[in-house]
Amino acid sequence: MAIEETFDAKESMTEGHSLTREPRINETAESTERFKVRIENVNGWYGSKRAIKDVNLNVREKTVTAFIGPSGCGKTTLLRCLNRMHEMTPGAHADGRVVVDGIDIYGKSIDPVVIRRRIGMVFQKPNPFPTMSIFDNVAAGLRLNGMRNKTIIREIVEESLKNAALWEEVKNELEKPGMSLSGGQQQRLCIARALAMQPEVLLMDEPTSSLDPIGSSKIEELVRTLKDSVTIIIVTHNMQQAARVSDFTAFMYLGDLIEYGSTNQIFMKPEKELTERYISGKFG
Amino acid sequence: MTSYSNSNKKYSKILHETVNKNYRKRMIINKLVTVFAIVCVIAAIIPLGSILLEVVKNGASAISLEFLTQPQGSIGSGRGGVGPAIQGTIIVVGLASLIGAPVGVLAGIYLSEFAKEGKFADSVRFFNDVLTGLPSIVIGIVGYVIIVLAIGSFSVFAGAISLSIIMIPIVVRVTEETLKIVPYSLREAGHSLGISKARITLSIVLPSAKNGILTGIVIAISRIAGETAPLIMTILGTSLFFTGITGPVDALPLRIWRLASQPYESAHAFGWGSALVLILMILALSVGLRFLAQRRSFKVAI
Repeated sequence: MAIEETFDAKESMTEGHSLTREPRINETAESTERFKVRIENVNGWYGSKRAIKDVNLNVREKTVTAFIGPSGCGKTTLLRCLNRMHEMTPGAHADGRVVVDGIDIYGKSIDPVVIRRRIGMVFQKPNPFPTMSIFDNVAAGLRLNGMRNKTIIREIVEESLKNAALWEEVKNELEKPGMSLSGGQQQRLCIARALAMQPEVLLMDEPTSSLDPIGSSKIEELVRTLKDSVTIIIVTHNMQQAARVSDFTAFMYLGDLIEYGSTNQIFMKPEKELTERYISGKFG
Repeated sequence: MTSYSNSNKKYSKILHETVNKNYRKRMIINKLVTVFAIVCVIAAIIPLGSILLEVVKNGASAISLEFLTQPQGSIGSGRGGVGPAIQGTIIVVGLASLIGAPVGVLAGIYLSEFAKEGKFADSVRFFNDVLTGLPSIVIGIVGYVIIVLAIGSFSVFAGAISLSIIMIPIVVRVTEETLKIVPYSLREAGHSLGISKARITLSIVLPSAKNGILTGIVIAISRIAGETAPLIMTILGTSLFFTGITGPVDALPLRIWRLASQPYESAHAFGWGSALVLILMILALSVGLRFLAQRRSFKVAI
């Protein structure tokens, strides 16, 4: 596929760039595991306000990693740094390295548009394209990136809707407006839309916060199934949700990454007192 | 209730009294404002209705096939029609829209999506607003000096350019304002799919704002279709049919003005008829474009 070719070309161009900063985490201890996303010394800024402070974090391939923490702790900002959406906010910028499959997405020759084709994103509020049908919504990423082959588009759309557990509900009304679906269905439509680009990493920004409990549980179920094929990073303000869906959990507070470990460890025996107090509901 | 603090309880009596007293007052004000609003609506509708009524009453009898298709007969004879003026209005306004709408929409897109802030965008906005308020006769003079004198003749081209100059600032404003209402989350969704900004603007943002922009274009076209002053300076107004883009031509507002200044009953009747035709043309355009805008097509590419 043409997209991958461009991406590989960028990779070779940035190799020389990859040793400019020394990552803080002792990588030798964990080097046997395969990391999909390595976050190294990332700072996120809004103007002169530092919203994320020197975050270092390694995300394992085909797992679900949850970012938790009280409002304003920077978890969403960190997530948005991972596909360079953060810098779209006026006045915002980020520095540090985010290495996805060995490529620093903040490398000089990297075009963020190309990056975002491989790193999908699902937003807090479902945002299907209002002028498009269900089918067209899922096909949007393909078509607007130049895919013309109708057979391929149709196949990918069907597969994506199936993967997003929406196919059975909409297969007879694909030409209806995407906005005609219920909130939970719209969110799964947005997931299908992201999956159609066949991303390797899927970023989810509180994907259930605007949904009812039934819609939420369907999304959670979906997250657990999807991790077999895609690496998922999910931001949630709901600790129970983090405990239910994630394999690894990162707790953030005031822009700092306080603790990161397996979800079991974070929830059962957190090492930091702050984590313990947050988990047990004493603040936040 | 246990959750209330003591100070809340202490003031509960005076609170309820104040609320009850204000409630009656608010009910009366509410009624008064409602009545006032209805009176204002009627006051706004009366002139519009009476103009339409007068135009239909005086103009309907003048309209015939001959009136719509033939050039005017000899002055005062009451023969012929305003065919050249109808044709001229369609050509000049059509050409002006073909120039003005794309330029206006693209400039609006630039201001809303690409420039946003900065000195350049702010000055473009400022001069655009100044242009909106410019008297149309001034634009006519500009058309006369720059195009008519340069070409050496009154022309369709000069008229279309002048009208498009009136049209552009309206379309720019409406496009920018409409695009601003399109939620940022749609652009964000587009970015997250790795779609280029130009594609997002064209295929996601613009379709969402389509109805608003179309309405703005219709308003602008209606405005220029009724312009008289710049046309006197640019297309002159003849009693002949269209001869070419560099030749003079007639237009309905010009014709109405000429007919009204003639001392014949038959000319006045033709004037009313022309006014009715112009109003119907604008109405048809407005209804037609609205119909087009509302007809949504959801195609599945199979």
